[in-house]
This record gives sequence, C-alpha cells and structure tokens, in this order.
Amino acid sequence: MLKLDIFLSALANGLMTGAVYALISLGLTLVYGVLHIINFAHGATLTAAMFAVLIAHTVFGLDPYLAVFFLTPLFFALGYGVQRFVINPASHGSDSNILLVTLGLSIIIENALLAGFRSDTRSIDVPYGFSVVEVGNLFLSVPKLVAFVASFVVALLLWLLLARTDTGKAIRAVAKEKTGAALSGINVDHIYAVTFGLGAACLAIAACLLMPTFLVNPRIGNAFVLVAFTIVVLGGMGSIAGALVGGLIIGVVESLSGLYFGESLGQIGIFLIFILVLLFRPTGLFGAKA
Amino acid sequence: MSRQPYLPIALVVAGLALLPLGLTSNTVLNFLAFAMIITLAAQGWNILGGYGGQFSFGHAVFFGTGAYAMALLQVRFGINPWLALPLAMALGAGVGFAIGYLSFRARLRGSYFALVTLAFAEVFRISANAWGFTGGAAGVLVPLRIGAEHMQFADKRLAYWLALAFVAATLALTLALSRSRFGAHLVAVRENEEAARALGVDALAVKLKAITLSGAITASAGCLYTQKFLYLDANLAYGPWISVEALLAPIIGGLGTVFGPLVGAVVLLGLGEVTKTTFANLTGGAIPGVDLVVFGVLLILCVAYAPRGVLGLAEGWLGRLKGTRP
Repeated sequence: MLKLDIFLSALANGLMTGAVYALISLGLTLVYGVLHIINFAHGATLTAAMFAVLIAHTVFGLDPYLAVFFLTPLFFALGYGVQRFVINPASHGSDSNILLVTLGLSIIIENALLAGFRSDTRSIDVPYGFSVVEVGNLFLSVPKLVAFVASFVVALLLWLLLARTDTGKAIRAVAKEKTGAALSGINVDHIYAVTFGLGAACLAIAACLLMPTFLVNPRIGNAFVLVAFTIVVLGGMGSIAGALVGGLIIGVVESLSGLYFGESLGQIGIFLIFILVLLFRPTGLFGAKA
Repeated sequence: MSRQPYLPIALVVAGLALLPLGLTSNTVLNFLAFAMIITLAAQGWNILGGYGGQFSFGHAVFFGTGAYAMALLQVRFGINPWLALPLAMALGAGVGFAIGYLSFRARLRGSYFALVTLAFAEVFRISANAWGFTGGAAGVLVPLRIGAEHMQFADKRLAYWLALAFVAATLALTLALSRSRFGAHLVAVRENEEAARALGVDALAVKLKAITLSGAITASAGCLYTQKFLYLDANLAYGPWISVEALLAPIIGGLGTVFGPLVGAVVLLGLGEVTKTTFANLTGGAIPGVDLVVFGVLLILCVAYAPRGVLGLAEGWLGRLKGTRP
C-alpha cells in the first residue's frame, strides 16, 4: 500500500511539474509553428523571467502570483522588441542565421545574469511555499497545484486567442503561407514579433508559477530548455495539444525515472527520448508532415 | 597565389613559430598554446559547419571524447600519450561517424541537426559525470611526468610548438580539402543539397566523411587540452563552453575559409582577455561571464554585418584601398 502511495504521489508530482513544462513548451512550439525557427534563447529568457520574479519579490515585496500581472506584459513587450529590432534585422531572413542570433542572445542573457548575480542559487520565501492539501492518501503541494491549473488556463486562453481573435487569425495565416498573408494585407513582421512576444509572455507566467517552489541560478534555463525541446519534438513541432500532452508525459517520465533510477539517470532518460524521437519520428506524436 | 597555394600557410605558421623567440612571458605562451587548441577544435567544426553547412551545437562531444580518451588510456591502461593520441583521434572519428550516421540517415538538418548534436553532448556530459570509469564528478588527474616521451614539457614553448604543428597540419589539410573533389561536393551539399544530389553527389556519404574528419580533428584538440592541463572533469571536457567556442571562432574569423578558425580563435580569446582584465580593473574584482557576453554580442554583430567574418571584412577594406571593390 505504501509503495502504491509513493508511486501515486510521484505520478501526481510528475503531472504537476509536467504542466509547467507544457507551459514553457507552448511558447517554443508557437514560435516554431509560425516562424519555423527554433528559438535557442528560450531557456535564457525563462531564467531572466525567474530573476525578474526574484527581484519583484525581494526589492518590491511583490508576491509572484501578483507579479504575473506586471511581468507578463513586460515580457511580451521585450519579446516583441527583441524579435522586431534584433533578431529579424540581424538574420536577413535566413534560418541558420536566426539559429545563430538566438544562440548569441542566449549567451548574452545567461552570462549577463551570471555577471550580475554570480552563480549563487537563490530562492524566495512565500508563506504558502510548503503548504499542502490532502487528497485521499496524497499530499499535494499547493503552489504546484496552482501551477498545474494555471498552465491549463493559459493554454486554453492561448488557444482561444489563436482560434477566435483577428490577431490569432493573422498568426495562423502567416504560419500557413506568409507570402499569401502579406498579399492580403497582414504585416508579417508585426505578426512574427507578436508571436515571439506571446512566447516570452508564456515564459513570464511560467516563471511566476515556478518560483514559489523552484530555485534559480543563471544556468537554470539550460535545465529547462532541453526538456522543452524534447516536449516540443515529442508533441510535434508547432502543435499546442502536442505540447500539453508531451509536457505531461515528460513530467511523469522524469518523476518516475527519478524515483526508480535516481536523479542523474532520470535526466539521461529525457535526452534519450529526445534523440530517439528526433531520429525515428521527427514529426512527433501529433505533428503533421515536417 | 595559384602557383604556390600553400605559401600563405607556410608564412603564417613560420611567423607563429617565431613568436615565442621574442616573447618569453608565461602568460603569453599559455595564451598562444590555448589559442592553438581552440583553433584546432574550431577547424574541426569549420569543416563540417563552414564547408558542409551542417551547424553543430555540440562539438564538445568530440572534444570531450578526445580529452577523456587521452587521459583514460594513460591512467587506466598505461598507454604512452604518443600512442594514445592517434587512438583518441580515431575514437573521435568513430563518435563522429556514429552521430553522423544516425542523424544524417534520419535526414536531420538545420536546427534539428543542431539540437540533436547538443543533446548528444549533454548525454555524454551526464554519463561522464556519473560513471566511475571516467572518474565521475571528481574527474581524472593525469600524473605529472615531465619529459618529451610523456608529452609533458617543462619548456612551455615546446607545448606551443606541438599544438602549432597540429594547427599547421589541419590548415594544409583544409586547403587540400577545399581544392579537392570532395571539398567541391561538400560545398555543393551546403549550397543546395537537392541540386547536388540531382547531379549525382552522394550527399549522405559526403556529410558522413565530413563529420568523421571533423570529429577526429576536434578530438585532437581535446588530447592537447588534456596534456596541457593534466586534469579533466565532465564540465570541462563535454561542457557547452567548448561547443560555443568551436562554433564562434570560425563564424567570427570567416566561415568556410582556411584561416577563419585561426583568426577567429585569436580575436575571440584576445578580446576575452581584454574584457576580463578591463572589467576586473574597473570594478576591482573578476566578474564571471563578461567575456562571454562580449562573445554573444560579437556573434550577433557578425551574423548581421559581417557574414564572411573578420577575413571577409579585411578583404573588403583591402579591395577598397586598391580601388577595386569586390
């Protein structure tokens, strides 16, 4: 009975972490689906967002769940600006250049944070950080539960935005056929930047949800970014449903393999899934043709 | 120029070989030897990425394999370093072939190829960190045994000249490659793989040859690194720093050129040193990461304004001076 309880609590933990992974992957998959590029600065942007939450809490005394309302628009604006005024002009429209420019950005962000904050690991103290609710025999962490629910709400909002609004329509049009979209009067550069901004905004929300239970240091983004790439590849590049399901799967795999094989080998499991999916099913579980 | 294609290489190498005669400071010699090691790693990247157009984000996998093989062959099997070196390079070539076979057969290219190489490097890093045979997180220490027969030199100039000899060999090899049929095929695959294939180029074979050669050369950089520092751990050997430097040097120097990696490595490391000391003097203490911030800015600037790197810029200026714009 005890064994089953441990298994179930690992499963529940995996699902809750997986939902945040899914949220992180949403931004990546959205940018891929529309711009057809991989944003290498995604992990570093998440780190920056986590530090922003840290600063908001330590300097301004702002609770992470309140900071989300300031940081989300801020990171949307940052993402918009960086794509429109740095990535787009610097890459001259070539995919391999975009890859290199976003790599350059990630090096800059990560090391600027390292220079500013040193490599110390920090965390924030919130009164609800360790509170739990009892469900049956399981004790679920409240902040993780909040993150789980919020991730699904954000995914739903993002889906509504894409499905129901004019901007969403324009984003989908550009994703399908950018020349055609441009001919029908859509400002493609603007839509690209909006998409990038949405990706960064997702990261800001994820950072606010993560900080009550996670630690932050300048290299933390690396831990998340390959996980996010794995989820995106597993779920199918550009697929929102795929990112959600992929995120949950990876969260559970990580938690269970951590339980049975120990921490460091659990990490390898994720990379091996990543390599195997890339080699044998690069379209992922939900992806259409690559 | 066309009569004596190897003359510029001979001149540059001779110039570099004479440097330690004038400069005897240990700092300068260490800097030069390290620059040669980075040049080697970058030259390996350049063959696959510059000539072949396949951007790897995980060349640490080859560097680390070379470095670990060099150390472990000596420490665990008692093999002489002069024999361990070719063995380690062969292992690097083998890893290159294996990764190339898996990923090129699966038709991975562009960002997918970059991602899969990054993931391979991470798998190797985590494994080396966890496995007892590689020394785990504590790393491996190669015992200090000064003497040419142990490839450990009391005179720092000798270590530098050895690294320079490797650089000279790879410069000549790269030039020979760029003038060969294989080199032409490789460039054709970079420019347009479908068109190259339609003309009868076996793209898979060409890319496999390139990544195998690339793996061997970058592994040799790892070997020299081991002999220079006599200590390794997973983050030094398989860490992202070397993947980034192996990629930055050719891009900053001049992608797909013979001298690009050399110029890029010297510019990069020189600028890194200047930045570090300037900031340390300004703030009264070393600041980690500032040099890498400069590297990142430089990468973006190069992509935006100097797609042919420093060498491309220099060519442009020379052309303008002569009044004939290229």
